[in-house]
Amino acid sequence: MSDDNNNGMNRRTFLRYAGSLAAFAGASAVLPGYALAGFGSEKRDVLTPKGPDNVIDLTIGKMPHKIDGKRGEAIGINGSVPGPLIRLQEGQDVMLRVTNELEDTTSIHWHGILLPFQMDGVPGVSFDGIAPGETFEYRYPVRQSGTYWYHSHSGLQEQLGHYGPLVIDPADENPVEYDRDYPIVLSDWTFEDPHDVLANNIKMEGYYNYQKRDLGEFFSDVKKNGLGDTIKDYAMFGNMRMSATDLLDVTGATYTYLMNGRGPDSNWNALFKKGEKVRLRFINASAGTTAFDVRIPGLEMTVVAADGQNVEPVPIDEFRIGIAETYDVVVEPKEEKPYTIFAESLDRSGYARGTLTPREGMEAPVPDLRPRPKRSMRDMGMMMAMGDMDMEGDNMEGMDDGDMNHGDMDHGNMDMSKDPKSPVKHGPDKHGPGAAAIAQNQFDRLDEPGIGLGNDGRKVLVYDDLKSLRPNRDKRNAQRDVELHLTGNMERYMWSFDGDQFHEVDGPIEFKHNERLRLTLVNDTMMEHPIHLHGMWMELENGNGQYNPRQHTLLVQPAQRISALITPRDKGRWAFHCHILYHMERGMFRVVQVADENGSIYGQDYS
Amino acid sequence: MTMIKRTSSFILTILAIIVITGSSAFAQKAPEFSNDLMMDDNTYLFFMTDRLEYYRISGADPIVWDAQGWIGKDLNKFWFKAEGEALTIEKEGEMEFQGLYSRGISPYFDLQVGIRYDLMYNREGNDSRVFGVVGFQGLAPYLFEVDGGLFVSQDGDISAVVEGEYDLLITQRLIGQPRFATKFAVQEVPEFGVGSGFNNVQLGFRLRYEIEREFAPYVGISWNRKLGDTADFTRLEGGDVSTFGLVGGVRMWF
Repeated sequence: MSDDNNNGMNRRTFLRYAGSLAAFAGASAVLPGYALAGFGSEKRDVLTPKGPDNVIDLTIGKMPHKIDGKRGEAIGINGSVPGPLIRLQEGQDVMLRVTNELEDTTSIHWHGILLPFQMDGVPGVSFDGIAPGETFEYRYPVRQSGTYWYHSHSGLQEQLGHYGPLVIDPADENPVEYDRDYPIVLSDWTFEDPHDVLANNIKMEGYYNYQKRDLGEFFSDVKKNGLGDTIKDYAMFGNMRMSATDLLDVTGATYTYLMNGRGPDSNWNALFKKGEKVRLRFINASAGTTAFDVRIPGLEMTVVAADGQNVEPVPIDEFRIGIAETYDVVVEPKEEKPYTIFAESLDRSGYARGTLTPREGMEAPVPDLRPRPKRSMRDMGMMMAMGDMDMEGDNMEGMDDGDMNHGDMDHGNMDMSKDPKSPVKHGPDKHGPGAAAIAQNQFDRLDEPGIGLGNDGRKVLVYDDLKSLRPNRDKRNAQRDVELHLTGNMERYMWSFDGDQFHEVDGPIEFKHNERLRLTLVNDTMMEHPIHLHGMWMELENGNGQYNPRQHTLLVQPAQRISALITPRDKGRWAFHCHILYHMERGMFRVVQVADENGSIYGQDYS
Repeated sequence: MTMIKRTSSFILTILAIIVITGSSAFAQKAPEFSNDLMMDDNTYLFFMTDRLEYYRISGADPIVWDAQGWIGKDLNKFWFKAEGEALTIEKEGEMEFQGLYSRGISPYFDLQVGIRYDLMYNREGNDSRVFGVVGFQGLAPYLFEVDGGLFVSQDGDISAVVEGEYDLLITQRLIGQPRFATKFAVQEVPEFGVGSGFNNVQLGFRLRYEIEREFAPYVGISWNRKLGDTADFTRLEGGDVSTFGLVGGVRMWF
């Protein structure tokens, strides 16, 4: 089936539904059409380029926003949260005109899109931003296809709803077969001012964490593991001044988790017909710290694309999606019944949900939240007994190696050269007061689904599963290495690379145009960080050689050492940062400069 | 003729360049590199009354307060502390204020330098002293909040204070807080009732309920024992060297 035919069919199907439910669509004008059960007036639903110049007009403005019946104020795009679905075609030269009706400067960054850097939309890095009342014309050739998204790169606007999905249909035949597709934008919403959310975290560690270990949990741990081991475990975390429940900085205590702009009570619907192949394009557009664990009870999902790029199909039951990542899955519901699309936050403090349903308004059972996981010694970069990979940190056997810094060190060094899976030791640099900890031992972790996952019989996606469908173009080995450590201090709420907040660095990280380099990221913190590099792919080194998956965002697990090969093909200045909005704003941000041999970042030919 | 040809081709070339570069958005200049794009060097303000309580002991029933706060950035702050007690049944009280420059020297600790001002008052009048302060404050291993200071008074008398607190989560909102404090003086200062050596030890346990993180009423017990010469001075004045009583108050911050 050619891609064009496929689109046509989707459109027809879509229009048919649109007619039948127009009345319903009118009920909520502030949600995008695709959020209204996958239909609505076509105009609102999908924006496609119009006219000889392929123009799309977008307007950013404040708007009242209702989440599960409660009123708030959001920043919407064309009057909706999330913004409208933008659907482009690979090979088009597009012009996206963005008008700012806010009282502050705004911007749109096209997340994951390869484009001239002046069009990348990061104020202060690629352009000056869009002043109030002004219109900025983003113009670029569309050189890729897949599922992406767009969002503000100004202040904390993203937390207020300033994001939307972007889908690019391929110029060539689509290797993925499907009968219909839906973008599923997951996000976190708070009725608080995001500046207060940030200030609360700065003033009081664990402000939003209402799942700390308390007396009741202590007693149940004693019951389960015995008094001695429990005390040892608690003392170990206490001694490190760390909290085993440090999972997400901002939690369900203030967040309502949204699926296509709807709270869990408002139940977003996606329609299907029995036997159809439905492509669900998941986008994590959260601003806070929310990683989601997504599953559809009763349905196997086949992952067909990651970060917009096609991958060899991977059948799974569940996947974790970090902020800014996208995963496309295909499902084939064989029964005429509703299925819950369930997206739990990593810390189990809440969930977003919707329903994949044959008819509007149906509901399937909503699963209970699973128990909140706990950080382990492995997450703190400490060694555990061999073979003990207990993600929950529940298993106290590992605790016998309490001071394993010494015991296992020789072993680790010995094996390092032979086996890439052996931990790498941290160097002498402790990264200063901005870094509360370092990962003494850095683990590969590409085969681990992440904290709280993979221990209940479900098959969960891991980074090792991702294998690109199309080989990477650059076959060279890395000519040089760049290593950066992800560092932070929860107590002071400082976030940084190599212990330096952004305001402390005096220049960009220099990449050479068209060089081949290896970027190694080491997570010295005890939390997951989704690290996003603008303007170029990171080819995640997961052992697939030329078929290493191309990623725009890497979710780096605690104490993980992860690497990617990069060829900076587009000159310019590009943002590089943790996509947790509050971490970025607190200093986990850098500018990468790609210059040619003359030192110029300009003059690239995009014809 | 060639001249004209050359000139015109030159002009046309220039025009072409202007048109091309002008029409191409890709040639537009980006802003110069700046490291002032994020909120990672902002100034914040914090103020907390850790203890603001009514102390129920025989005869005196003082109001006790212990407030502190800061204004500043991650590693450089102006830190202020105010502590004191005032009797509710007669005109008598003592209080101290500290203004400190606080510098983050490690992930969990700040070094603090500044001045302290003490004021005592009763029916007979006021008395005050000024000190130089060097102190530290932060989170010790095993999650103890500790705060210590070394003081040199205007008369050259040296003293020190250490206090520690610990949060014990009974539930997510019901939190027990044991507290310990002690004072030490090198020289005795009889006008202020200070003997040399350890002056006192305070032990307390407060149980707060965080209705909001920012607002937590509490009840608790507090035991205060004066030691050594300090105790003798108190006895001479007819005071109690040991007090034990109930406290009730509220912890607030913004």
